[in-house]
Amino acid sequence: MAAIEREATTFQFRDWQRRFGNFATGAGLWLLIIAFVIGAFIWERDGLVTGTVVGSLFALGAIGITLIYGILKFGHFAHGDSMMLSAYLAFMFLTGNIAGETQRSDVELLPFSASDLPGATTKIWEFSFGYSLLVAMGLAAILMAGFLIALDHAVYGPLRRRHSGIVTFSIASLGLALIIRSLMLFIWGSGPRFYSPGIREATELPFDIRILYDQIFILAMALVLMAAVYLLLYRTKLGKAMRAMADNAELARVSGINTDRTVTWTWAIAGALVAVAGVMLGLQTQLRPELGFIVILPLFASAILGGVGSPHGALAGGLIIGIVQETSVTSGILDSGYKFSVAAIVLVMVLLIRPTGLFGVPR
Amino acid sequence: MKRVSVESLVPTACVVVVTALILGISFEQTGDPERTLRFYVSFLSVATVLAIFALALNLQWGYTGVFNFGVAAFFLIGAYTAAIVTKEPDRTDFEEYIGGYGPDLDVAPFLATDQWFPFLVAVLVSGTVCGVLAFLLSFPTLRLREDYLAITMIGVAELTRRIAIEEQWLVNGTRNLGNIPGPFQNVLDINDYRYVFLAVAISFLLLVFFALERSVRSPWGRVLRALREDEMAAEASGKNVRAYRTQAFVLGAVIMGAGGAMYAFGARAIAPETFTHYFATFIIWTMVIVGGSGNNKGALLGAYVVWGFWQSTLLIQSYDLPDVVQVRIPFIRDMLLGLLIVLALLFMPHGLLPERARVSVWAERAARRVRPPPAGPAPPSAEPQEDKA
Amino acid sequence: MTETNGKVRLIEATGIFAGYGEVDILHGVSAYVFEGEMVAIIGPNGAGKSTLLRTMFGLLNVRQGSIVLKGNDVTNFRPDKLVLHGLGYVPQVDNVFPTLTIMENLEMGGFVREHGMRDRLDHVFRLFPDLAKRPGDKAGKLSGGQRQMLALGRALMLDPDVLLLDEPSASLSPKMVEMIFDRIKAINEGGTGILLVEQNAREALSVCHRGYVLAMGQNRLEGEASSLLHNEEVGKLYLGA
Repeated sequence: MAAIEREATTFQFRDWQRRFGNFATGAGLWLLIIAFVIGAFIWERDGLVTGTVVGSLFALGAIGITLIYGILKFGHFAHGDSMMLSAYLAFMFLTGNIAGETQRSDVELLPFSASDLPGATTKIWEFSFGYSLLVAMGLAAILMAGFLIALDHAVYGPLRRRHSGIVTFSIASLGLALIIRSLMLFIWGSGPRFYSPGIREATELPFDIRILYDQIFILAMALVLMAAVYLLLYRTKLGKAMRAMADNAELARVSGINTDRTVTWTWAIAGALVAVAGVMLGLQTQLRPELGFIVILPLFASAILGGVGSPHGALAGGLIIGIVQETSVTSGILDSGYKFSVAAIVLVMVLLIRPTGLFGVPR
Repeated sequence: MKRVSVESLVPTACVVVVTALILGISFEQTGDPERTLRFYVSFLSVATVLAIFALALNLQWGYTGVFNFGVAAFFLIGAYTAAIVTKEPDRTDFEEYIGGYGPDLDVAPFLATDQWFPFLVAVLVSGTVCGVLAFLLSFPTLRLREDYLAITMIGVAELTRRIAIEEQWLVNGTRNLGNIPGPFQNVLDINDYRYVFLAVAISFLLLVFFALERSVRSPWGRVLRALREDEMAAEASGKNVRAYRTQAFVLGAVIMGAGGAMYAFGARAIAPETFTHYFATFIIWTMVIVGGSGNNKGALLGAYVVWGFWQSTLLIQSYDLPDVVQVRIPFIRDMLLGLLIVLALLFMPHGLLPERARVSVWAERAARRVRPPPAGPAPPSAEPQEDKA
Repeated sequence: MTETNGKVRLIEATGIFAGYGEVDILHGVSAYVFEGEMVAIIGPNGAGKSTLLRTMFGLLNVRQGSIVLKGNDVTNFRPDKLVLHGLGYVPQVDNVFPTLTIMENLEMGGFVREHGMRDRLDHVFRLFPDLAKRPGDKAGKLSGGQRQMLALGRALMLDPDVLLLDEPSASLSPKMVEMIFDRIKAINEGGTGILLVEQNAREALSVCHRGYVLAMGQNRLEGEASSLLHNEEVGKLYLGA
């Protein structure tokens, strides 16, 4: 009898231990993050600014990944290359160019590009671009949405219908990533591209913060899109259907929700988000085909750190990864070559300490 | 005489087609049988080394279900370790690296130990280093869900490559680490080293193959496969799941390290850009999937066919094509490789040689001695019950 | 409409062969529900009771046999189409959306509704006043009984003619079981036909009009619930008498 009583209390203690442990790791992680951000503000303000900007576009990409994880139940390893492809598509709509015979000589593919629109190249406010970039971005978003939907019809859909495992999806998406990357190299060549060569104006904000006007645009764009995603997921029927599918796809079917259509919409939204993220990345740094694969690490790290399936998680995770990444380089702790490896290190730590992430629900 | 089925024709056909392509196109290009043979030997050598990786990955994934997407890490470490063990210590300004124990390992010159001993040691050290790394990695990673493990291993591989690039003092950074000696390099003329190496590589491959075939049929191997099929059931039977997975992961890594060493001896010069994700991880995965995962023979077949496919595409480059296309051929080749694996997953998910249940060596031998029982009458079909409404 | 003695058969499954993968679980099972009826399906574990419901709801392929809903052949129709024809289904487990609120769960139930959502919600809240207390609560945080109520409510949002219920009393306390069956009876009295699968045979037969006994994927017995309750064989095998 005593033995059973002891068992019971051990079990209760273990349960309490588990729940406390959960709370502790979550709280601990948050404290660590807040301390880090404060430290960055004090010592590495430039890194903090760049990190926030970079982090916001990581967040845009990570939301797509987390949506796909939640609704389609697999990690979309082709997301980074999709991001880069969108950037290149926007470049093409902007300039009409693809790579020519040599590295230097671009060939005009499109007879008419966004830059040919009246007044499109006049710089908006103090940004380095005119509304031609926005037009190009919009076109890229539409094309990308269509592209991802097509991929789903051709590859992921058939695999789903065959009840393939996570592994098959992972490898298939990696194969598609390779195809996308070689496509980019094929069409635009391996040299770096820029949306607008030339100087970018900067400004000073209070607290000695220096920021480029373009970066303000990126932050604003990311905020707007994030808000749009929230409104979609929590206020619209489609968004609720998406969340329902993420919870329980079969029950969603049972309730009469057209799951195929919801999946198509998920890809469309992911495509639009990835397009904007890609253009922002190109604006912030440059366009290079290899970036597509490299950026997968921070994207997944952001989604997992935030808690897979949670949109606020993707936002938080993206910002944190961006800040940690940039500050570790500007502070000189790490050489710049290691920049993207930082995400890998953070990822391993998160998976060690709290695999469900910041906002994820531990099962 | 066994009846030949369509399924067994396809793998053979692939091998024949690939071989014909390699030989045919290279002969057409050079017109010289000797150069064609040399090309084929080089091709076969690389295929052999990659086959070693395919076997190791098959052990980790095909048999045990460990989704290792960081093969490149072990490839890189194995190759570089072998290089710094067998090379002479760095003296020139052109190369900067640690280690260099080649001359120290010439322990018994009268036995010509400089021809084989350092390489043996290098293979063992490479294997051990990779094994230890895998063991350390296993603690945080093996309990992860497959795709989390995949992205983690991708991160590990990229990090390893980054370290090799950034730390110039370690293994010469982005520059080539050359002049790696090769086993038995003085046996034949230096131009004919490729034949020697091929012999060494194939011997090693066969050694690994038979060792793995045996262990897979053993009680240990059976537990691994039970793990892959149903982890909970295996756990319920009292097997320590973590321990077995770690063992398979570590053993696979050891083999990969040895394979990396082999690669270094074959290539004689290595650089971090060789060990990218797509060349050193993804292509091995393609081999395992195309060949048939869960199947050692499939891994070998996959290595030959996929590497043959890849090299065939290279030969197209030597044709006289307009510059516009010429410059883009590497990208077309990459696209074809990606297409290959996607199509394989869609249409041939079990690979060319699907896995057949292999229970035990003893049982198979026993089955071969006993004739199959004669076919009996068909079992009674289930009749629907009368509706008792 | 299929009629027998002037009564309309709402749903009728005839000679169903179905299963998972290569193996058939159901070998020619038949069952039907009259208008206004509550029918129970009982039997030992593995008899195929849940499989029958899933097949009737289009979650499994019918290899042989037919399903007729209000006179229309709906064999192998997809669930999202069956729902439009007036069929509802509540699975045994995973029958709510845990991260969605009570209100959102019900909204999902009524997803394909074009109008009348407000009225329907009122109806459900009247049936299950507990749910109306805090509709913003996440479904995952509800107790077992509340969750079951929500699951039923979700299925009711489209005002189905027939409801298929898979073990509604599973893992509920005896008091909750009584409450749930009471609510199900109320739903039935409101005009919805009920076909329920139950492990708790005694409780099920005491509230239902008719019952089927299934075993090994085949019909074994059928009849008025009261006669099944008093049947010796049934009593020994399934009622734990």
